[in-house]
Amino acid sequence: METQATFRKYLPAILWVAALFALYFLLQALIAPFVAGISLNLKTVLARLGDIGKFLFAILGMLAILELVFYQVFFRQPRNLAANIVTRFLQGVLALIVVQVIGYFFELTDLVRYGEGALGNFFRAPLAWVTALGNFLVNARIVTKDHASLAGLSVVVLILLIIFGVIQWLSKSKPSKLGLAYLLILPAFVGILFLIIYPFLFEIRLAFSNASLGTQATKNASYGLNFGWENLKTLFTGNVAKDAKFFDVFWRTILWTVINVAFHVSGGMGLALLLHRPMKLQGFYRTLLVFPWAIPTTIAAMALRNEFDNRYGMFNILLSDLNQWLTSISHGTASIIGIGNAFDFLAQHIGPVSWKQDPFWAFISILISNIWLGIPFMSVIILGGLQSISQEYYEAAEIDGASKLQQFRFITIPLIRPVLTPAVVLGVVWTFNKFDVIYLITQGGPQEKTDILVSSMYKAAFQFYRYGFTAMFALVIFVFLLAFTLFFLRLTGGLKSATE
Amino acid sequence: MTTPTNTLEVRASNPITRAFRWFFHRGHGDSPFKTIIIHLTLIVACIIAVYPVLRVVTISLRPNDTLLTTSLRIIPVNATLDNYKEVLLGNTAEHKKSDFFLWLWNSISVVAITSVVSVILAAVSAYAFSRFKFPGRATGLVFLLTTQMIPAGMLLLPLFIMLARLKMINTPLGLIIAYAVTSVPLTIWTLKGYYDTIPVDLEEAALIDGASRATVFTAIILPLSTPALAIAFLFSFMGGWSEYLVARVVLQKNEMFTWPLGIFTFAQEFTVSWGKFAAASVLIAIPVMALFLYSSKWLISGLTLGSVKG
Repeated sequence: METQATFRKYLPAILWVAALFALYFLLQALIAPFVAGISLNLKTVLARLGDIGKFLFAILGMLAILELVFYQVFFRQPRNLAANIVTRFLQGVLALIVVQVIGYFFELTDLVRYGEGALGNFFRAPLAWVTALGNFLVNARIVTKDHASLAGLSVVVLILLIIFGVIQWLSKSKPSKLGLAYLLILPAFVGILFLIIYPFLFEIRLAFSNASLGTQATKNASYGLNFGWENLKTLFTGNVAKDAKFFDVFWRTILWTVINVAFHVSGGMGLALLLHRPMKLQGFYRTLLVFPWAIPTTIAAMALRNEFDNRYGMFNILLSDLNQWLTSISHGTASIIGIGNAFDFLAQHIGPVSWKQDPFWAFISILISNIWLGIPFMSVIILGGLQSISQEYYEAAEIDGASKLQQFRFITIPLIRPVLTPAVVLGVVWTFNKFDVIYLITQGGPQEKTDILVSSMYKAAFQFYRYGFTAMFALVIFVFLLAFTLFFLRLTGGLKSATE
Repeated sequence: MTTPTNTLEVRASNPITRAFRWFFHRGHGDSPFKTIIIHLTLIVACIIAVYPVLRVVTISLRPNDTLLTTSLRIIPVNATLDNYKEVLLGNTAEHKKSDFFLWLWNSISVVAITSVVSVILAAVSAYAFSRFKFPGRATGLVFLLTTQMIPAGMLLLPLFIMLARLKMINTPLGLIIAYAVTSVPLTIWTLKGYYDTIPVDLEEAALIDGASRATVFTAIILPLSTPALAIAFLFSFMGGWSEYLVARVVLQKNEMFTWPLGIFTFAQEFTVSWGKFAAASVLIAIPVMALFLYSSKWLISGLTLGSVKG
């Protein structure tokens, strides 16, 4: 009886294992004959897993140490005066080590240079100790040379754990109201510090430098206010990427953003209004209409790039078909004055265009692509907003004799505003910053006539290697966007509700 | 209101006028005329939305000798699966190995780790933002929102120099770090919005019964917010999955390429590999689109929760 129960309990697990084995052998049988043509192999997979595992282990280890430090600061209280002195001393030492490590990290990534003096030695001390410790262990034949730094680090971790142990032993627990909150946000805070705030500071420093390919990025770069001024001057009067001028690109960016968002919102609104009614096939339409959003942008953009080909792309095929049709009609109606001439006129003006060579059409081509990609998102958001409006408002309005237009103006618009406002703000910011479509379709060409600010910036950094200049460029764009957002949120009061 | 809206008035006219009025009637519900117009508009919109996607399938099915054609047919003449075979299994005759699975593995390993790490970090800190009042809370939330204003390429340059100094260029770890920049703040914001909708009473009851905060979090909050965690994971997965520009900067070696970089190598040599590019795209897009369409309902609720309710 009991064995049966145990068996039942573990049956799913056994079946899973069996299924996985079956899958493995099936894959083996299916892929083995073709394995010669596939470059991925088990060794690559395992090597990658090993790399990532080590990386995660290191991050988690560092976070655990930090969490321990703060846990003891918030939740432990020394038992008596002597313990207090010892604890505070140890915590002081820990803080010092943290400062040293951070300082060393600054120098490692070239944010600051301490030089060879006492300051440099102070910040490089932890590394020197770990190296010395590693060398000592190698000399004492405890570990081999390959594992020296690892062994050194393990010893350091061990010492840290002993320090934590001592503090723990010397103290009693104490309640803390805020401690938990800070402990919980600590990992994310450290992550953001490292990933966003630090690079941001780095960017500001870079903006006041002459870093470029010639100076080997930051290695031989010089810093100073005059370099910052120089970068700023180049930005507004000189060339932003190769030949383009700042204000040309700036107005194009505004145009790009306004046209895109206008089409996204109006197209999305139109589709949402059409779909927002009891109707057959609604789910079917909705599924098909989100296709442009569902397809990975990279694939969509590259596919569209091919469709804008002058001869074999879809758009020019359609246009030339249209042209032939118009021409044949104009021949057929040539005897009718007016109509025949009108079709003749149309046939002469509508036809294949050179999407790649003509700056105007190139810009149109990226607009078409981005509008096509962006409408589904807006329509889905707006539809969600529409569905949250109670039907009673419309019934009441109908009884009062309001026209459809009035209902839309005075019921729909105000009630979907809470949904629409953030969507529009985010839409503006995202469109302003979105250049993967541009980069993949026209690469800013011809002659940088389809570049927007961010794509010029990307080019300045990674095609022309003007690092210092790019940093200043990025700061200007950021300030501009921030001002827009703050202004807009102040206007709509959106920020207040968000932080409550 | 001049038009007849009730059936009594309609019945009064002769049959043709009656049918005409019924067909174009206004007021309650949609008239058949309006319904037809709406369906026609939606069908046209659907064709516009779907046709370019179908074109990719078409091109992938074309035999190599008719790749360049001005035909607009969806199923091409002499359709073949040769392109798929070459993308998946390589070309043994020309001794070309297929990198398709390598690219997929590179993408999956990078994006999955980024998503897992950022969801874990965010799940914990979003709870603090949602449930505790502590000094710096409002500032922190506004700051997280501000990170969305940072232009995509802006932090890329300092990160690139940083990663270069740390010798992490051309490694998956560098890309993981670069992707976490956008992923973590957005995930915190989404999850905080979701936690706010869970009533506090549940936790308070548990706390009074003597449960610790940790128990409350793991036994009440996490199980209740599984859908939101799934959304957050999907969000950051989708964000990194088809990313091209950052990957191009961080990864320069062919064997490190993620799939967007990989299929771009097909797309560059226009006449040669258009078919292969299309086949690879279809193979990648089908599972992603299926997942997306299946989960779009929750994705959308996650979006509105994150941005609207705050």
